[in-house]
Amino acid sequence: MEPTGLPANSWNGIRRLAARLTRHIDGVLLGIVLALMVVGLAVLFSASNANLARVSGQLVNLLVGLAVMWTFANVPPHYLMRYAVPLYVLGMLLLVCVAAFGEVVNGARRWLYVGLTRIQPSELMKIAVPLMMAWYFERYEATLKLRNYTAAVVLLAVPVGFIARQPDLGTALLIAASGFYVLFLAGLSWRVIAGLAVAGAGSLPLLWSTLHDYQRQRILTLIDPMQDPLGAGYHTIQSTIAVGSGGVIGKGWLKGTQAHLDFIPERTTDFIFAVYSEEFGLLGNLVLLVLFMLVIARGLVITANAPTLFTRLLAGAVTLTFFTYAFVNMGMVSGLLPVVGVPLPLMSYGGTSLVTICLGFGILMSIQTHKKLVQT
Amino acid sequence: MAHAVELRDFRLEIHHFRVRLAVVAGFVLAVFGLLAARFFYLQVVHHEHYRTLAEQNRISIVPIVPNRGIIVDRNGVVLAHNHSAYTLEIRPSKVEDLEALIDELATIVDIAPKDRKRFHKLLEESKNFESLPIRTRLSEEEIARFAANRYRFPGVEINARLFRQYPQGELFSHVVGHIGRINQRELDQLEADGLVANYRGTDYIGKTGLEQSYERFLHGTTGVEEVEVDSGGRAVRTLSRTPPVSGNNLVLTLDAKLQEMVYRAFGDKRGALVAIEPGTGGVLAFVSKPGFDPNLFVEGIDPQNWNELNTSPDRPMVNRALAGTYPPGSTFKPYMALAALTYGKRTPQQTINDPGYFMFGGHQFRDSRPGGNGVVDMYKSIVKSSDTYYYMLANDLGIDAIARFMAQFGFGARTGIDVTGEAVGVLPSQEWKLRRFKQKWYAGETISIGIGQGYNAYTPLQLAAAIATVANDGVMYRPHIVNYIEDIRTRERTAVEPSPLRTLDLKPEHLAVVKQALVGVNKEGTGARAFAGAGYVSAGKTGTAQVIGLKQGEKYVESRVQERLRDHALFIAYAPADQPSIALAVVVENAGFGARAAAPIARKALDYYLLGKVPEPVKTGKDDDDASGG
Repeated sequence: MEPTGLPANSWNGIRRLAARLTRHIDGVLLGIVLALMVVGLAVLFSASNANLARVSGQLVNLLVGLAVMWTFANVPPHYLMRYAVPLYVLGMLLLVCVAAFGEVVNGARRWLYVGLTRIQPSELMKIAVPLMMAWYFERYEATLKLRNYTAAVVLLAVPVGFIARQPDLGTALLIAASGFYVLFLAGLSWRVIAGLAVAGAGSLPLLWSTLHDYQRQRILTLIDPMQDPLGAGYHTIQSTIAVGSGGVIGKGWLKGTQAHLDFIPERTTDFIFAVYSEEFGLLGNLVLLVLFMLVIARGLVITANAPTLFTRLLAGAVTLTFFTYAFVNMGMVSGLLPVVGVPLPLMSYGGTSLVTICLGFGILMSIQTHKKLVQT
Repeated sequence: MAHAVELRDFRLEIHHFRVRLAVVAGFVLAVFGLLAARFFYLQVVHHEHYRTLAEQNRISIVPIVPNRGIIVDRNGVVLAHNHSAYTLEIRPSKVEDLEALIDELATIVDIAPKDRKRFHKLLEESKNFESLPIRTRLSEEEIARFAANRYRFPGVEINARLFRQYPQGELFSHVVGHIGRINQRELDQLEADGLVANYRGTDYIGKTGLEQSYERFLHGTTGVEEVEVDSGGRAVRTLSRTPPVSGNNLVLTLDAKLQEMVYRAFGDKRGALVAIEPGTGGVLAFVSKPGFDPNLFVEGIDPQNWNELNTSPDRPMVNRALAGTYPPGSTFKPYMALAALTYGKRTPQQTINDPGYFMFGGHQFRDSRPGGNGVVDMYKSIVKSSDTYYYMLANDLGIDAIARFMAQFGFGARTGIDVTGEAVGVLPSQEWKLRRFKQKWYAGETISIGIGQGYNAYTPLQLAAAIATVANDGVMYRPHIVNYIEDIRTRERTAVEPSPLRTLDLKPEHLAVVKQALVGVNKEGTGARAFAGAGYVSAGKTGTAQVIGLKQGEKYVESRVQERLRDHALFIAYAPADQPSIALAVVVENAGFGARAAAPIARKALDYYLLGKVPEPVKTGKDDDDASGG
């Protein structure tokens, strides 16, 4: 940018404006996120068979996401605290509405029609639940007792239960995980954790009996995908082939045969990692793992330095939810985990989850950049 | 103390929190490590495996079926070829309700009930994933109509296919044979022979006749096309192509015109004729009547036609020339005479008195000519076909000498002709009876062996090969139908070399006696009427084979016997007598005397082959006065 032609004071004005606009942006986090977004666009270009409409659609999604990120970065954490309870209550109401008169799509009742658009309240709960729990712990910070933890578990279990019954096991597990992270970071005693682990393991058969047939099928398929290679096992088999056939250096961008001959289902959305992995191989996968780890590391640093219990818990939950997304998606594509509808953050095509993720990053940035304000 | 609890230690709290964060960070590292290990496992350790799977996904090996070789006669007349036609095919694996689909198809193209039946038969026999024809030979109009409606019929397609066609129809149904869909048994055989790869994509295989015995020459080598396909199985591009090599053509020794002439000459009678070139063993005509239309079998025969062919009392599917066995009747006598001369049991001039019967062991063996032929020497015994002469001779020779001598001519043994399914027949001997019936031979049984009755049973092919051996002065050739195997690309012809089986131990002067008598048959004997006015000198012998045994003193009266139980008429011949170029044997089932029913067919065959004479329409006049001996 040439400064000449502009008066000195207006140049300074622009500089000041830019400084104000970027004041609450965490440069490190933004840099890594942008890098992941660029990689994501490149892979999407390949996965969609060079479909520019799809790529530009995703570009719009990304810009919306960045806008949301910027917005929330500028919202001070104590504002968020104020909205924790209303947001949670609203989310619960919507979940109840979904259960009562939601739209059934593909055998699951997840969507709610509001006017012209439809919304998926479970998406909102991904933020609302950790927010609510963080708020709760902050409120009873001084006198945390076991019953507070119990109450927090209830706050978590109710929405998770609703979502699991939609049924949307993937989202339910993600929210449960984020809630657990809050509990853990809030200092839930190791003994209780051990007890929960034992109880959880013990209740597995009971849990199995409450699962839907298709959910059981997915888990059985993971154990032996070949028992139904054209049905339930098809996704796992084809994505595993894509990953494995990528080898060390991959087949090259735009050259994945599994991707371009249509063998990978849902390859622009939940299974985009299979395309990436096929075309960029083990080296590409390691680069991606490093990028994700950098995001998580930055998030954990922000968490460690967060000034209040609320911000610590919120930042930790946001960071670890991101981690969970990444792990579950890559684990699913590479055949380690059952097929659940979890997108690869920042790479999968689609607006909803991207906005949620970016919102999380905005919160992280807000927590990082509003510290001094809070402390003073 | 309680106060101390109220006071929060922020630093300790932060410390606790950071410990927890460190645990979480460790967990993240461990989980990402697990992912990295999984990637390493898939992309390095098992990379080869998944690479192969991806290639298998991507590359489809499409076989290119070679064109089957065509079959022509010695003059290039086409007996089997391929023609291109459009078929309407259904892929059952892609269709839910086949019946409904066929019903709907029937509104667009003609689908007869027999098409449906055939389709269901194919469906039962087929493996999955195959495309099966519901209709073949679609008309242009039907193709257009289907094309306009094809969106309504997923899983149905029109394919251009090569079809085997037998333009001569039933004329060559037995000898050329036909192809048909490969069945499980044939598939197993191909597997055992290691030929399955070459039959990928091939639906048809030779089932009978030359189509079967020359299968490996006719089939050719299957080509391969490597095609990149998408997950829907649609071809994206061709990666490589190895063209198929067409099968070899067969050029036969058969003469299609002669075959047709003979076939027509049988009229509505059943029977067989085999004509052989004595000097090479090449088969000139190979007729089994009635025949059937081999084209019915190519696409799988419909049940109705199948039932008709199977239940017909005429048994059209039986290859009579190859697998039918008949007593030779009096056509056996020339060989008996040769045996007598060879073993020194008779001289040509030696005579017997023929009173019209021969007594042995209290049984009377009747001569077919009531009152007998009087004084009979060897010449007359053949020309007039004296039974009494050969009753006596058989008794003098004994069964084992007869069997030993006749074996040289190939009686009761497969000739080794180049089609499969040959019957062995029965050349009776003491050892044979013991083996077959666990009984000893009775001397009385030898008597009727002498006139070609009793246990004697030979195929028309054996009879033809034997008379060809006589015509060729004792040098016997293995009969063969294929003359050349022609490479379609290089036009190189590989001849099926005439292979002499053996040279019989016969004295030329003995042969001369018998051959002279055979000429006498057609000149002044039982064949004279049939060969009156022939423009060449021929040799022949009539024969009549009993279908039912007659009781002592019972007389055979043709009109009283059911048609199917009447005697078979036989005739063996060769011509020209001094330099034979054709030898043949005819059997006409249930037609009575050989002179009447069989000899005229032989005459027509020889007239055509030697003189190029095409006979006038068959006369239906009665000319059965040359009844004796038959």
